[in-house]
Amino acid sequence: MNYRSVWRKSVNAVMFSLTGICALAVVSVLVFILGYLVWNGGRAINWDFFTKLPTPVGETGGGMANAIVGSAKLLLLAALVGVPVGFIGGVYLAEFGGKTFSFLVRYTTDLLNGVPSIVMGIFAYTMIVLPLQHFSTLAGGLALGVMMIPIAVRSTEEFLRAVPQSLREGALALGASRWKAVATVVIPAAFRGILTGIMLALARVAGETAPLLFTSFNNRFWSHGWDQPTASLPVMIFTYAIAPYDDWHRQAWAAGLVLLGLVLLANITARVVLGRKLSSAAG
Amino acid sequence: MGVTMDQILLTPEAGEGRAEKSPTKPAAAVAAKLRVIDLNFYYGKAQALHSVSLDIAANRITALIGPSGCGKSTFLRSLNRMYETVRHARAEGQILLDNENTLDMDVSQLRRRVGMVFQKSNPFPKSIFDNVAYGLRVNGWKSKGTLQDAVESSLIRAALWDEVKDKLHKSAYALSGGQQQRLCIARALAVDPEVLLLDEPCSALDPIATAKIEELLFDLAKQCTIVIVTHNMQQAARVADFTGFFLTGKLIEFNDTAIIFEKPAKRETEDYITGRFG
Amino acid sequence: MASTAVAVGGALRQGRVRAFFLRWRSGDEVAHLLTLIFASTIILLTVLLVFELYRNSALARDKYGWQFLFTSTWDPVFEKFGALPFIFGTVVTSALGLLVAVPLGVGAAIFLAELAPPRISDALSFVIELLAAVPSVIYGLLAMFTLVPLLRNVVQPFLKKTLGFLPFFQGPNYGVGLLAAGLILAIMIVPFIISISREVLLAVPVEQREAALALGATRWESTWKVVVPFARAGILGSIFLAMARALGETMAVTMVIGNDPKITSSLFAPGYSIAAVIANEFTEATSDLYISALIELGLVLFILTFILNGLARLLILATQRKGTAQP
Repeated sequence: MNYRSVWRKSVNAVMFSLTGICALAVVSVLVFILGYLVWNGGRAINWDFFTKLPTPVGETGGGMANAIVGSAKLLLLAALVGVPVGFIGGVYLAEFGGKTFSFLVRYTTDLLNGVPSIVMGIFAYTMIVLPLQHFSTLAGGLALGVMMIPIAVRSTEEFLRAVPQSLREGALALGASRWKAVATVVIPAAFRGILTGIMLALARVAGETAPLLFTSFNNRFWSHGWDQPTASLPVMIFTYAIAPYDDWHRQAWAAGLVLLGLVLLANITARVVLGRKLSSAAG
Repeated sequence: MGVTMDQILLTPEAGEGRAEKSPTKPAAAVAAKLRVIDLNFYYGKAQALHSVSLDIAANRITALIGPSGCGKSTFLRSLNRMYETVRHARAEGQILLDNENTLDMDVSQLRRRVGMVFQKSNPFPKSIFDNVAYGLRVNGWKSKGTLQDAVESSLIRAALWDEVKDKLHKSAYALSGGQQQRLCIARALAVDPEVLLLDEPCSALDPIATAKIEELLFDLAKQCTIVIVTHNMQQAARVADFTGFFLTGKLIEFNDTAIIFEKPAKRETEDYITGRFG
Repeated sequence: MASTAVAVGGALRQGRVRAFFLRWRSGDEVAHLLTLIFASTIILLTVLLVFELYRNSALARDKYGWQFLFTSTWDPVFEKFGALPFIFGTVVTSALGLLVAVPLGVGAAIFLAELAPPRISDALSFVIELLAAVPSVIYGLLAMFTLVPLLRNVVQPFLKKTLGFLPFFQGPNYGVGLLAAGLILAIMIVPFIISISREVLLAVPVEQREAALALGATRWESTWKVVVPFARAGILGSIFLAMARALGETMAVTMVIGNDPKITSSLFAPGYSIAAVIANEFTEATSDLYISALIELGLVLFILTFILNGLARLLILATQRKGTAQP
């Protein structure tokens, strides 16, 4: 009996230590990623990176100014598509939804969320690139926008539902119609959460590369207007990383640092603003 | 929680402003503000209220008592149609507000005339001023001057003005529980309702805050008709002119408060009053 | 005329019509309609997506039929397209990723849910969630310059020396290949397994743990024999979810898989995944059939992830119901 309990106690200690090692291993990966990126990217970041255009192939120097602007334009378009549909769709689900239709909307939202990003790119390709017969910022923006929708819907609905029913009743009892109660009391009460959710959705699509590869494609110069192909940070990282030039690798690290910095900043801000754990399934 | 009739009768009356309590005046002699005629209420297939009929006297305080789940809150909420937020909730019968059937009226109009204060205070995440002004703004009164005056007079009527006049633009959540509930009363009063419904308004408050609100009700009754649901029988005895006793969805007895507590006609009423159940 | 007026008047006096009219005037019906329209664009977009995938792959589907899934040639020059190498690559790398990520992830989740004090658990969970936010292309970038050299110079030679009798660890050693892709996928999907598993483990009622401990079980025995089985469905759900993500991962895989549409038994060999070939060859596709074949690959990928995601949701839902079930 004594032997058995010693065995069980040691199993207890060993197994739990193993689990601790697992957790440590995972966490150290993030630390490693950050560290490596800061080390390599930090050395490559300079003023040129933010202000200059890429130099002709083979030449060193230059920067990614067009990619930064391109990414900004893409995100703007994505927001134009994703925010209205996502936000108002979320309002529908939380406040007005009928039983069957809500189920349908939720189901398709989940479906959209699970679509691989490359397939989203195919979708935008067939919808915009094919008819227009060339790559464009519009197509890339659409792909990213549709990817934003499920995240925006889910977080809007979640935060609206979190507003206590007593607030809605209070507004209704004063004679407010349902939509007025929602617009003037419920949505303002959930505002911080909704805004944060949208910010996270933007951060998520800002890092997406696959849907841009054959929609907004790439561009070594400035992209004017919305119907031309455009450079973007993620695509530049990809292009430069797989190329054989060391100088391009250097710039890829810099771009990676900038991109990751922005994404992490958005996520950490969200956590700070909301002060609690966000839905893990929204990843 | 046994309460003897002696205890109820010997409880000192709160507040000296009770000028109009006339225990001997029967309900029928005072004009009815709200007349409920044969009200049946259903949540889906389940019936929550059975053939309830009563008259709510104008400018009086009417209390509704009964054990948990007896339907008194359901009844109260049917007076301003708050049940409409629940699917499959249905009211049949007539509820006449000055001879207009409330069940057919425009619900926003109804709720402006029949206000409600809830069990747990529910101020909006806005400033004190914006809370009180909410009802006015939502019903279309937007001019700054009107709003200022209405907010001030409502806060005065709710006995809160002195405590908040210097911090009208602070968040309502900075107030204490009792103050928040008085804020909710002020908010309800701002649209000048003819009837004020209170659903166990003091259940979450300490005795001092409770006393403040009870005192308030006597003043408010001068301009308003008050209907209050309470699980506290002593409170009903203290403040109400008329009391109705509900049990499993039926109105068992409705009469002057003194009669209900001293000489109840029904055995169920007596059982409840003396604490044999509930 | 008069009779219509009477009829209309009669209808208006009817409660329901009047109620509708009042709701319309108050703006509630308009609001309902407006929000409904926006919500239905989501349904519309999804339907459109599936439709476009189906329509644009028609050329290839008509030509190859079901054989597409079993053909292993991918020859753009002679226009012979088959999906098998990519299905193989996708499945193998994802399976490898899961093989590594599941023990690692479930282990970490157990640590975070059962052993770590709440504040440390929350802090570490947050850090792990940040991992999920790292863009795929950055994982690829790092993998290219750290993981691949490591595999080429250290790990793969070691495996070859020690386990070289197995067919998995034979063959030329480039660094890039199925093993590299599998490992980077593991890192990318582990945060999902951890965060969902941790949640379902935390949701197991305290009474279950207490019952085990009261019978004399050690903490580990209570965890492994009672808590984990209780949360089994949810953990499985998280694995399906992770699998679905692994299947669809594009950039990191493209950058380290070697891009060679061959089916081999060696993990050191370069391979190709569905997402990777679409990413690499879409803009190079010269003919309509070529593009159609790539889009058909996209359709295959879509269906695979659709099924897996559906299963995952069902499983996670099942655990939620179980956790709140009254005895």
